[in-house]
Amino acid sequence: MSAVLAGLRQLRHYPSALIGMTIVLSLLLLALLTVLTIPYSEAIRMWRGGEGVWDENPELARPTWFQLFSARKLPQTIIVDTRQGGKEIANQPDGTRIVNASLRFEFPYDELPSEVGLWLSTTHKETQPFVMLRWLKPNGQEIAFEERTPQGKDRYFLSRDERLRERLKARSIEEALFYEGTGSNARLLRGTYELAVEGILFEPDADLDARLVVYGKVHGIAGTDAQRRDLGVALLWGTPIALTFGLLAAVGTTVFSLTISAVGTWFGGRLDAIIQRITEVNAMLPGLTLLVMIGMFYSRSLWVMLLAIILLSMFSLGIKTYRAIFLSLKEAPYIEAARAYGAGSLRIVFRYMIPRVIPMLIPAFVTAIPGFVFLEASLSILGLGDPDIPTWGKLLSDAYANEALFKGHYYWVLEPAVLLMLTGMSFAMSGFALDRMFNPRLRTA
Amino acid sequence: MNNGLLQVEDLRLHYRTTIGVVQAVDGVSFALDQQQALAVLGESGCGKSSLARAILRLLPRNVETYDGYVRVHGLDVMAFGEERFRREVRWNKISIVMQAAMNALNPVLRVADQVIEPLLVHQGLPREAALARACDVFQMVGVPVDFMRRYAFELSGGMRQRVVLAMALVLNPPLVLLDEPTSALDVLTQANIMNVLKRIKRETGTSFMLITHDIATSSELADRVAVMYAGHLVEISDATRFFDEPLHPYSQKLMASVPRLRQERRLEYIPGRPLSLIDVPRGCRFAPRCPKRFAKCEQDPPMIHTEDGRQVRCWLYE
Repeated sequence: MSAVLAGLRQLRHYPSALIGMTIVLSLLLLALLTVLTIPYSEAIRMWRGGEGVWDENPELARPTWFQLFSARKLPQTIIVDTRQGGKEIANQPDGTRIVNASLRFEFPYDELPSEVGLWLSTTHKETQPFVMLRWLKPNGQEIAFEERTPQGKDRYFLSRDERLRERLKARSIEEALFYEGTGSNARLLRGTYELAVEGILFEPDADLDARLVVYGKVHGIAGTDAQRRDLGVALLWGTPIALTFGLLAAVGTTVFSLTISAVGTWFGGRLDAIIQRITEVNAMLPGLTLLVMIGMFYSRSLWVMLLAIILLSMFSLGIKTYRAIFLSLKEAPYIEAARAYGAGSLRIVFRYMIPRVIPMLIPAFVTAIPGFVFLEASLSILGLGDPDIPTWGKLLSDAYANEALFKGHYYWVLEPAVLLMLTGMSFAMSGFALDRMFNPRLRTA
Repeated sequence: MNNGLLQVEDLRLHYRTTIGVVQAVDGVSFALDQQQALAVLGESGCGKSSLARAILRLLPRNVETYDGYVRVHGLDVMAFGEERFRREVRWNKISIVMQAAMNALNPVLRVADQVIEPLLVHQGLPREAALARACDVFQMVGVPVDFMRRYAFELSGGMRQRVVLAMALVLNPPLVLLDEPTSALDVLTQANIMNVLKRIKRETGTSFMLITHDIATSSELADRVAVMYAGHLVEISDATRFFDEPLHPYSQKLMASVPRLRQERRLEYIPGRPLSLIDVPRGCRFAPRCPKRFAKCEQDPPMIHTEDGRQVRCWLYE
């Protein structure tokens, strides 16, 4: 314990290590919080659940904090529902019933909403209700929409109603709905808007509800992608996955190559020769190409990839470095002493040889972690990412596929890229400082 | 002599090197009884350490010849397989304090964990019981018990030596090989360690085989003395008579080279270089440097048993 504290105290002399470790710790904390607050199944539902899950998110919205850089007030998504109240049902003498509802909302923003959508849901047996819709602007202007006869759940995307746009002679539905005046004099109206819903129900137990969604231009902490998915989910869940992946790959690789190298060196002879030849052949194999082949022909599961990466990098040239250390260690007096008191080969390998090199290994191990995180991102960008799991690389891959940079959706690329860079930088900074701490020849103070 | 602790007969250990075969141990025979301390004396490079290695079968890779008989309690351990030898002989019967004892401790283990290793390996004791035993041994060799949680680099040379000794004693073996146990220590610490060894020999009845070039120190502990030269034992004698009157010319020269305090005396040395163990001449191996050589030294002398029970490998005592 005191050794750990002394080590930490030593860290003070390396500001880069402090910064690096702080970032690493924040990433770990973020990963932990994510896993605790958004269970994996929930994250998968939010990421792959289908349109029902993210229907009410705006498309390609920027992150909310983008507002900080903009003098104009950017619209957020507004949702009003008749189930929240404001619905009246009146019985008519002819047995029909009339539903009157007004969906009112404040619109204080400086820009048009991205889209407007309306969901009508009815319960009826045979005869569909008849619905009339009127749009009331703050200046008293009124726009009547076409009558609708909703069947069950009716999704009316006002923004895509071409006939309405032609009738209103507007460039877009949003302009028609939120602008005052036309042409060059047009300006955005702020204030209280209202959608009046009037429905006629022909059946005694039928009911009608309406839900208006005025899509904003900013959403959540990270914005949304072209499928309206909240990027935040993928960014948050990408953190534990990236860290776990990097850590497992680094642990697997180092532990296995260390063990293989130690066993080979200790027993020597043919075993050592075989291990060395495998290492040399493996060093000539193009690892990424093999991974691409595995991804194309076998499986793209993250865990299969992890296993493949560990198997491929287990026999990396690191084995040669370890072997060089072990060869001199093998002749050390304390190893001979261990043989003298009858320690078995495995005991010597695992209790005498391997623990001796671990301090030299820790810096290399720490710097190796981001390498594997990047490798996973590279595979994702090549289209070989796990299709089920949200990862940073997957976000970049989606952004690339949707031409995000070309279309100006910088946030979509920058967010995962910044997280990747932070990960790489923090581990590298910590690793270099650890290297200086554990390697006396590099110590400056 | 079958009730003896250790019998070595015609033990040979030759190494293979690029310039030829090194006959480090060449036909060595001796016996050791219980509760006896045998000092093996000789110059550097005469094969003393190789003898210890040959007894414990701690062989390097370049072994050319390894044969002869080693009997422990009458059992021919040379016939044991490697695994059986490791389990039954190493540390259970014979333990060793290595020449580089200062470096013989695992730098990443606390010394207590290091000392209990043989207990875990050979007896499979639970850690607590092993630590209790280690505590006893630490007291026996005079290491303060609160040093047990330290690492080897936190101890002084003398303390490290004691820890290594504690480790050699932890299984209570009948025989402990001491390979230059005090050569890197100052005289006070040497004396201290020798006293510890004497006490242990008295209290536990352990036998020691003390390999050293330090004749003065060895006289503290030894009951019997064996002198080694060029892979041969040239004299085996009881300690008292040996220190009074060594028989072999080499032993005599060796004794004459020991400095005495406050005594005007020219220190003697043996002319010529110690024999190369690679290119061994015919005849007595000491003959080229021997002041008393005569014609018969052209032939290799046998081990000659003198009337008073000493053994010497020299034609002078035929």
